[in-house]
Amino acid sequence: MQAQLTKGNEAIVKAAVLAGCRAFYGYPITPASEITEAAALYLPQVGGVFLQAESETASINMLYGGAAAGIRCMTASSGPGISLMQEGLSYIAGAELPCVVADIMRGGPGLGNIAPEQSDYNQIVKGGGHGCYRTLVVAPGSVQEMADLTTWAFDLADEYRNPVVVLADGYTGQMMEPVRFADPIAVPPAPEWAVRGTALTRRNLVTSIFLEPDLLERHIRKLEAKYHEAERQVARAECWRTDDAEIVLVGYGIMGRVLKAVVEQARAQGIKVGLMRPITLYPFPVATLRELSRNARAFLVAELSTGQLVDDVRLALDGRRPVEFFSRVGGNVPSAEEVMAFLVHTFGASIENQEVLVHG
Amino acid sequence: MGSLTVTHERADSFFDTFERKAELQHQTHYCPGCGHGIVHKLLAQAIDELGIQDRTILISPVGCSVFAYYYFDVGNVQSAHGRAPAVATAVKRSRPESIVVSYQGDGDLAAIGTAEIVHAANRGEPITVIFVNNGIYGMTGGQMAPTTPLGRKSTTSPFGRNQWTEGFPVHVCELLNSLEAPVFIERVGLGNNKQIMNAAKVIKRAMENQVKGLGFSFVEVLSPCPTIWKFNPVEAQRFVREEMAKVFAIGNLRDRTKEAVQRPAATPPPAVEDIPRILGLVNGEAEAPPTGRPDRALNLHIKVAGFGGQGVLLLGEVLAEAGLESGYEVSWLPSYGPEMRSGTSNCHVRLSSDPIDSPLVSRPNVLLALNEPSLRKFLPALEPGGIVLYNGEAFPEDCARRDVRAMALPFSHLADEMGESKAGNIIMLGALLEATGLLEEEQVIGALRRLVKSQRWFELDLKALECGREEVRKQPFPLAEDYLWGV
Ligand SMILES: Cc1ncc(C[n+]2csc(CCOP(=O)(O)OP(=O)(O)O)c2C)c(N)n1
Ligand code: SF4
Repeated sequence: MQAQLTKGNEAIVKAAVLAGCRAFYGYPITPASEITEAAALYLPQVGGVFLQAESETASINMLYGGAAAGIRCMTASSGPGISLMQEGLSYIAGAELPCVVADIMRGGPGLGNIAPEQSDYNQIVKGGGHGCYRTLVVAPGSVQEMADLTTWAFDLADEYRNPVVVLADGYTGQMMEPVRFADPIAVPPAPEWAVRGTALTRRNLVTSIFLEPDLLERHIRKLEAKYHEAERQVARAECWRTDDAEIVLVGYGIMGRVLKAVVEQARAQGIKVGLMRPITLYPFPVATLRELSRNARAFLVAELSTGQLVDDVRLALDGRRPVEFFSRVGGNVPSAEEVMAFLVHTFGASIENQEVLVHG
Repeated sequence: MGSLTVTHERADSFFDTFERKAELQHQTHYCPGCGHGIVHKLLAQAIDELGIQDRTILISPVGCSVFAYYYFDVGNVQSAHGRAPAVATAVKRSRPESIVVSYQGDGDLAAIGTAEIVHAANRGEPITVIFVNNGIYGMTGGQMAPTTPLGRKSTTSPFGRNQWTEGFPVHVCELLNSLEAPVFIERVGLGNNKQIMNAAKVIKRAMENQVKGLGFSFVEVLSPCPTIWKFNPVEAQRFVREEMAKVFAIGNLRDRTKEAVQRPAATPPPAVEDIPRILGLVNGEAEAPPTGRPDRALNLHIKVAGFGGQGVLLLGEVLAEAGLESGYEVSWLPSYGPEMRSGTSNCHVRLSSDPIDSPLVSRPNVLLALNEPSLRKFLPALEPGGIVLYNGEAFPEDCARRDVRAMALPFSHLADEMGESKAGNIIMLGALLEATGLLEEEQVIGALRRLVKSQRWFELDLKALECGREEVRKQPFPLAEDYLWGV
């Protein structure tokens, strides 16, 4: 298929349908509403289900039902709606059901505003619901990736029997870029554990309750092992001009894009800067960061929150290298020039005398 | 007469031993005399009698009946507290051949899950809901339920339920009866054998309705909870008969099964190969050969800004779309939300020979300002040597720069003269194209054809393009060709 100028939010839906998604349950919220609107347009035309639910609480529980019945299904929302979905995500992870949730982040807390932020990181990447579970999280940095990572999300969800979140910001959802979509696949056969209302599946049970502590512990350990496996297999990142980088910038989504421009500006001034852009946020690309820390002398994390991603970077580096932090919030996205100024200010002395101060 | 044996025989839809249960595998976990045990048996019997065991999917709630899947040998999905109707909705929508039962207690359905039941009913989901109303929270040890009668004590209404503080008991059947969609709503009781016999019939009806594809069926069962009420089973039945039934009148509230229309069958899904066309990804025409890289290097950072309604976003989109068609890398990023509502609108457009790093335009080299506030806001950031087109007779005195290439034309006014005041954006585009030779006419017209859906507007826009070009030809503009290329 030819490249087509496509809005980020629409790319998610088109990729989902091409990947065999046949049910969408959602509740409108800016800046994610185009996803729900596009789903309303396309799903009925491909023999799928679209339903505007009464709330995000209902939508996520509809995903629970759709996934239990063995259907590839998804929903989409933004901060306030995602907060409401945390209960359902915990149940879905507990019951080991596959589904895809797109979170197009806006400003918070509370009603905040509808401009882009990256402040759902903690509630999504760390798991905002109860219990020992994780959601796998992919973070598109372009409209092409909105499509590609949605496709991947459905496969990951099935493979790990776990919810997968496509975590993007308002800008990545609203912007248009050319996209080359994958070819459509036939709807995958329902997994054998699905409850489909047939003689063959009559003994199937979907549940998240394990009353006996020993049984629940066994279940949690099984989930834990699954997440460890994902940590070994799934982590992904883009490294951009890091080969000789002394300073590595770290950012995802729209910030990954801004930071690319910062790399160019810095290099034009003779400063050896590279970018590490996490493509999966859970599992976090720990090994990539550690590898980069062998040559880089310092890291600079830039994100649209007061410090969520930066915690994971610090954990991953575990004191190996100093980590500086730059943030804008409230819906403000910094310009490359702004980050560049911070970089020069922060590393100025060391760039000149080739030494990095270790903070803390 | 055997009315008691009816409830004690083991139905086929019940497992013989309850192996999912840790201990006492031949007994249910319900207390002696508990309504749940009875309702389970009535439901299992109905499933047997209708011959739908293989097709049935039971959605169990959170409450004493959370473990319904220990007993029912049917497909089972255990759901979160109150959410069973949402779960049931999705199961039924995706598996319309299945028979879906949402089984819920009163805390589950009438408190935490009020929204889910009301909306499932309002959509007329063709499922069956069994609502076990025992007027108390059983599982959590006797807290007040939304259906606890006035004056009754519970652990959270220790002085008795009081209308001023706890409100009145919720009458769910009556509430749902105010909606259009449900086809069947009935309240039954388990207060004596006669009531139980009737409950059996009604539950079977509610299941049969679904088998016939009729619509949303709801049965409320006034049900004893001897343990929490601190009654023996006989007293508990009397309480149902004499106290509960006084608050919640037993009887049918709605039976529209005769008038109910069969739901339209779903249209069969299209062939997989057809999906790209449905998604608008192929237009049926033969695929154009891939556009080669254009000869001229380009790295444009364009900012388009103006009032909402001036076509700011469309102008940007035409540039991006035509740029893509010309073989450039492109991106388009709109301002969105409250900013738009307050009346201003802007977008960031990138056209580049190389992959685009940031789609944000912070230092434009082309500024298209459709109003004065936008000019004032963005002109200071324009790269030295950059281009600015301004929608006005002349630049305001205090807002001009000598180090940029500037053109002021009353685009909106020209549009008014053309008879369509909103075409100013495309007149500006025509002027930009004429002055810079930025993109070929063919790609720009192609972009307009795809983006402008109405034929009238498309034709107007062609005129507008030409009008903009004409203005520049009249008044040659100092936009040296050499500037754009290679920046
Ligand atoms: C979100 C949430 N809140 C509270 C609970 C605790 N809880 C479990 S069952 C229940 C009430 C059950 O009462 P009801 O629905 O009337 O069922 P019964 O046990 O009486 O059959 C509550 C409050 C829970 N499991 N989840
Ligand atoms: S507590 Fe009440 S509702 Fe729960 S099992 Fe016992 S009698 Fe039944």
